[in-house]
Amino acid sequence: MSTLASTVEEPPRLKQRWWPLATAILVVASLLVASIAIGVYDITADDFGGELVWITRVPRTLALVLAGAALATSGLVMQMLTQNRFVDATTSGTTEWAALGLLLSALLLPDLGLVGKMVVASCFAFVGAMLFMLILNRVVIRTTLVVPLIGIMLGAVVSAATTFIAAQFNLLQMLGTWFMGSFTAVTRGRYEVLWVVAIVTLLVFLLADRITVAGLGKDVATSVGLNYRAILYSGTALVAIAAGVTVVVVGFLPLLGLVVPNIVSMIRGDHVRANLPWVALGGIALVTVCDIIGRVIIRPFEVPVSMVLGLVGAVVFITLLLRRQRG
Amino acid sequence: MASIITVPSSGLPALETYAKSSWWHRAWPILAVTALALVFAAGILSYGNPVPIDSPGYWIIVQSRLTALGTIAFVAVSQALATVLFHTATNNRILTPSILGFDALYVLTQTALVFVFGASASSLEGIPKILAQSALMVLFATLLYGWLFSGKRQNLHLLLLVGVVLGIGFGSVSTLMQRLLTPSEFDVLSARLFGSISKGNPEYLPFAAAIVGAILVFVWLRRRTYDVVSLGRDVAIGLGVNYRREVRTILILVAVLVSVAVTMVGPMTFFGFLVATLTYQFARGDSHAEKIPLAIAIGMATLLGATFVLKHVFAAAGLVTVIIEFAGGILFLVVLLRKGMR
Repeated sequence: MSTLASTVEEPPRLKQRWWPLATAILVVASLLVASIAIGVYDITADDFGGELVWITRVPRTLALVLAGAALATSGLVMQMLTQNRFVDATTSGTTEWAALGLLLSALLLPDLGLVGKMVVASCFAFVGAMLFMLILNRVVIRTTLVVPLIGIMLGAVVSAATTFIAAQFNLLQMLGTWFMGSFTAVTRGRYEVLWVVAIVTLLVFLLADRITVAGLGKDVATSVGLNYRAILYSGTALVAIAAGVTVVVVGFLPLLGLVVPNIVSMIRGDHVRANLPWVALGGIALVTVCDIIGRVIIRPFEVPVSMVLGLVGAVVFITLLLRRQRG
Repeated sequence: MASIITVPSSGLPALETYAKSSWWHRAWPILAVTALALVFAAGILSYGNPVPIDSPGYWIIVQSRLTALGTIAFVAVSQALATVLFHTATNNRILTPSILGFDALYVLTQTALVFVFGASASSLEGIPKILAQSALMVLFATLLYGWLFSGKRQNLHLLLLVGVVLGIGFGSVSTLMQRLLTPSEFDVLSARLFGSISKGNPEYLPFAAAIVGAILVFVWLRRRTYDVVSLGRDVAIGLGVNYRREVRTILILVAVLVSVAVTMVGPMTFFGFLVATLTYQFARGDSHAEKIPLAIAIGMATLLGATFVLKHVFAAAGLVTVIIEFAGGILFLVVLLRKGMR
């Protein structure tokens, strides 16, 4: 594997230019500072303000960082594994499966803790993602556009099932609150499990080269000595964990994993490992900006970040689709 | 003329057998499905009425159930008609108005109106307001979808994907604006948006009947033209049809029909698709004279049957739309996959 890694090493030219990344890190950092500073309660007003920063503002900002980075990078992973630019956890139905898992675990195993629920949700997300890939394998002519379409419809069917079950047990209203992607409820003691997705992001960085090779297709990957199945399964598992954990802690964050990798590769080209830090940073930046917009637009109330993301994501997605068609 | 042009395109009966086939041969599926729909309708009206038949209370209950029945009928007719017409205009059988976000667009225009003009403007109840709101929706839909379906953008999957994502985006914008409304404005809006089969608003029934009835008559008179339109742009122009005008008219009709359906029971993404796909399965030919009645009958039978079974067998009347969404969604996937494999 080491020989393979060295052949995919980025050209030295890219290595020398460290300052764009540094600038990006600075921009994202200032966004995060803004996120900590913005809020209804004036944190400089009294002593309690300082304490409040650690109870809500910092946990919320950390949650933004973790969820944004993990979903954006796992979107990139899915795009490599399915060899399709328009796939992420949203457009493959993976999040809907995670939601179904969460609902079922809440109904059947009410004593299960938060971690247990996340395990169940992630398992469902894994099954859903594998099912999606299985269906893709059976479709002979898979045009670029039919792939996300199948995923979206699969997600719609799964979420109809979720709605049905929730309605049977009078949980419809709760369902809406659970899955409305929002960082409002994220406080100290309620976000820590999100660190799991930091591990996911780290693993994606470590596996980046292998996932890139797997993205060339099963035959190519196998012929250069890659255990294709192992990478396929572990990549899907990473995506599933990211989807499962974020659904349980913050809810749906639509189209994030789709928009960010596409924009990054439009600007920088297709070098996956060199792009990864950019994708992670972009994910953080997008979620943070959307969250800040949601918090500012109707102060002192909040608009859930998922709505802002859904709007921004849809606009960007359609622009990408139409651009691609022209070019 | 129409019967010659509307030879089924997909390996259905060959030309001679189609021409020779009797009137009865084409009509019996329609009659059978209609009979089924009538059985379900009678079931909904009479089954499990808690009051004995000789007391006056019996008829009060029947009357209130008639309202639900009327709602179902208009939703079934408008969704079935809208989908079949949309398939004619777009010349394919996967795109449906709901999947492309027409419903979401309707919800968006309603929300935007309340958002811009506030509760005061929207409290002007009555036909003029409904007309104004529908006009806005029709204008928007004609511009947007007219643009999508015009000229070079003929990639089916691109259209479908753009439509689906547009629907998601409309939904996000609507929810966003609804969050920004004051509670009283939101009340006004939700009274307009969220109907359900069990509590159909009897006030809308005559209005909906007039609109849907008029469209039905209009479409029936133009059924032969639409037979030609469904052959596709080039053939239709070659046969002397003003294709652009016809397609634009159809899009307007579809927008009106969808807004009627959404006002009555709320958005149903896959219902129209389910009905239309079943229709093409059972129809003997390809003419609108046959497809339209069959689609309406199937729409009625599906919606009435689902309501009857869920209400009286599973005691879950609120789930009709969810079940239909589920079944329709799976059917959509199957059709999509089969098309993709070919």
